[in-house]
Amino acid sequence: MPNPANTPRLQLRGITKRYPGCLANDQVDLSLQPGEIRALLGENGAGKSTLMKIIYGVTQADSGSVLWQGQPVHLRNPGQARQLGIGMVFQHFSLFETLTVAQNIALAMGPGQTPSQLEPRIREVSARYGMPLEPDRLVHSLSIGERQRVEIVRCLMQDIRLLILDEPTSVLTPQEADDLFVTLRRLASEGCSILFISHKLGEVRALCHSATVLRGGRVSGHCVPADCTDLELARLMVGDAEGLVAHYPKAQGGAPFLQVAGLDWTNPDPFGCSLRQLVLQVNSGEIVGIAGVAGNGQDELLALLSGEQRAPAPASIRFAGQPVGHLRPDQRRAQGLAFVPAERLGHGAVPEMSLADNALLTAFQQGLVAKGMVRTRKVLALADEIIRRFAVKTPDAQAPARSLSGGNLQKFILGREILQQPKLLVAAHPTWGVDVGAAATIHRALIALRDAGAAILVISEDLDELFQISDRLGALSGGRLSPLQATAATTQVELGGWMAGRFADTSTPTPALAG
Amino acid sequence: MLLSLEPRGQQSRLMLWCSPLLAALLTLACGSLLFIALGHKPLPTLHTLLIEPVSDLYGVGELLVKALPILMCALGLAVAYQARIWNIGAEGQLLIGALGGSALAVNIIGMDSRWALVMVLVAGTLAGAAWAGLTAWLRTQFNANEILTSIMLNYIALNLLLYFVHGPLRDPAGFNFPQSAMFGDASRLPLVFEGGRLHAGLYFALLALVAVWVLLQKSFVGFQIKVLGLDQRAAGFVGFREKRLVWLALLISGALAGLAGVCEVTGPIGQLVPQVSPGYGYAAITVAFLGRLNPIGIVFSSLLMALLYLGGENAQMAMNLPQAITQLFQGMMLFFLLACDVLILYRPRLKLRWARRTAAVATAGAL
Repeated sequence: MPNPANTPRLQLRGITKRYPGCLANDQVDLSLQPGEIRALLGENGAGKSTLMKIIYGVTQADSGSVLWQGQPVHLRNPGQARQLGIGMVFQHFSLFETLTVAQNIALAMGPGQTPSQLEPRIREVSARYGMPLEPDRLVHSLSIGERQRVEIVRCLMQDIRLLILDEPTSVLTPQEADDLFVTLRRLASEGCSILFISHKLGEVRALCHSATVLRGGRVSGHCVPADCTDLELARLMVGDAEGLVAHYPKAQGGAPFLQVAGLDWTNPDPFGCSLRQLVLQVNSGEIVGIAGVAGNGQDELLALLSGEQRAPAPASIRFAGQPVGHLRPDQRRAQGLAFVPAERLGHGAVPEMSLADNALLTAFQQGLVAKGMVRTRKVLALADEIIRRFAVKTPDAQAPARSLSGGNLQKFILGREILQQPKLLVAAHPTWGVDVGAAATIHRALIALRDAGAAILVISEDLDELFQISDRLGALSGGRLSPLQATAATTQVELGGWMAGRFADTSTPTPALAG
Repeated sequence: MLLSLEPRGQQSRLMLWCSPLLAALLTLACGSLLFIALGHKPLPTLHTLLIEPVSDLYGVGELLVKALPILMCALGLAVAYQARIWNIGAEGQLLIGALGGSALAVNIIGMDSRWALVMVLVAGTLAGAAWAGLTAWLRTQFNANEILTSIMLNYIALNLLLYFVHGPLRDPAGFNFPQSAMFGDASRLPLVFEGGRLHAGLYFALLALVAVWVLLQKSFVGFQIKVLGLDQRAAGFVGFREKRLVWLALLISGALAGLAGVCEVTGPIGQLVPQVSPGYGYAAITVAFLGRLNPIGIVFSSLLMALLYLGGENAQMAMNLPQAITQLFQGMMLFFLLACDVLILYRPRLKLRWARRTAAVATAGAL
């Protein structure tokens, strides 16, 4: 053992970081032993990300000290942190989209190693840890889940002594997450310390030796997750945990609203996923959940439903019987569609624009524009209402979308879509990276929207979530959709099988589609 | 040695607004050094350059005469630049505007109705818009880079103008000078006040100012233009039509440049000459950025730019300084503005050669 057992790998003393208008970290102490897997829990905006960025050298603390293996260090940039053996997988990825997987990894490894030299090692590391990667694929053609694999593999390529993971499992299937945990446990047994941020309490309990809970920038408690119930953990995080582990009654649904019949779409990207003979029906007043591992056609299906990608045949997608496959996104919205894309910044919201402008972005058909002019007062009122109803933490509606934490922005985007009272809501990963409290808010809002008669399609990789809120379930695998099954009539095991492609081909179109 | 730029954590909005002022001060300081090197006393020279030209009402009028075309071009450019459409072709659009207006004006010299002026102005504006439309068409149809096409169209425009001035539009009674006949009085812009050259183009410029301000700050089209500029994916996600917005932004841009051009030939010049513009369209690029693509900011920066033109001429006459001084000051201004912006947004860091490895890793990790 290189270190005496009592010297912590990492020690934080009195870390304080202030941003304009908020105290992100307030006198935070933390100590991490070699080989320890520590969970960092807390609501969105509790200061977890800021603390991680300080450890990784992205930002500097206003006061307090960082001790690495007992020695005080002053980390000025991530390069320094990497030299010490600290690796981090960010919630928002730090990859160059125009480069290949191998080139991205080579960049992080510094000069001396060309991408082609690294390729065998990338294949080896990614295969060893169960994260298949094609080193010569361009990153922009990868799905979110695949990009995250690149990030993780990139950290594992170097001699790593502390690995920081910001919600690493949110895009993995349960099986993949289990595989990752095997990897992480192996790393820990080799002496690597791991800081693990997650909102999935079950995972934290299964993986982590200990947990530190942050609330409002301060350490609100320590615990051994294995000895705590979900409710106890949640209470440490949010103070008040009423209604967090809710059970929602299942609904039957009424007339069909969204009908997808025989949708075939060939992806021009040779590495992308093509859709094959998709058949899907979502009724008013029900939530249909679609599971699947990232990169199995979710992005393509979402683009075809939102209208960013026009369908080859107008009639292959219908809203209430009307063919809409040829319509633009705004025209589909006029017919009652609302849409929450997977990427919040840069797709669902313009990072540089204020929340008010971002409210206008999709809600402009809701009477916010008169005679070509923006009705600023109404836009502000809408933004304020979203912020109030969905408890978005922000100074005001003029704050740029970029300044919000991931979960807060997600609440805002979902609120923006829900307040438009859509007839059909398509939501991708509605609670990805969102804390338990906010996730409960979002789930309640989705259920309320369902009970108000909207058809809702949720595409998610979080199976617990899908089982909790969906009335019917299916899975995408290799661009094909499994038959939909009532939630009560299926199990996680069966759904997992569908995600792996074990279902009968349903290329026969549903016969009774109302024209 | 390796110089690298790291993004600053907190960007100061105040500093970003001050940066044009800072750039102006640095330009003055560097200009003074330049004058010293040339053997002139800096303060009197700056006085000649910047104060003397506007020390009387006539001078102020001249300042506005110079500022108007720059202002109109820059307002149009601001619309395009907000959508991140880099129209560098205001100069060509201005020349074609002047050419289009003149082609009509020399054929209706005898017409005595006020409609003559209206027709000439409309013709010039449309010609400018059409010239920008070429760029829009190339971009939307063939995905051709608008920076390249618009620059190249500038040279085509200039040569078209020269051809017409030397050929079909040359004044038959003009002793073979390369210029058109003087326009009829009915197609000349009236003066704002007697004794100066300030013309009714002022009202068009003010109108354009208000229109562009409303478009960019208040209208939904302006909002779409800004979204397109900031985040193309978000614009696609909500169904804003990129091609239409590209066309619109470029047509507005070209129409205003065309209007600027036709106002020059129907205003102070009165006929078509080869030197319609001493580079107003290029100066407008600097002006648009100096004014932060904000219509109000552009008013101030175009006045400043006009002052440099005026002062350059004055310094040439009074102190025998080369005319290039104007361009030098323009260049310094843009350079210092960009430099200030970069330094406000990023922190420079010098690294020794051996530290390069760290630098590469840091850049990859920090993004």
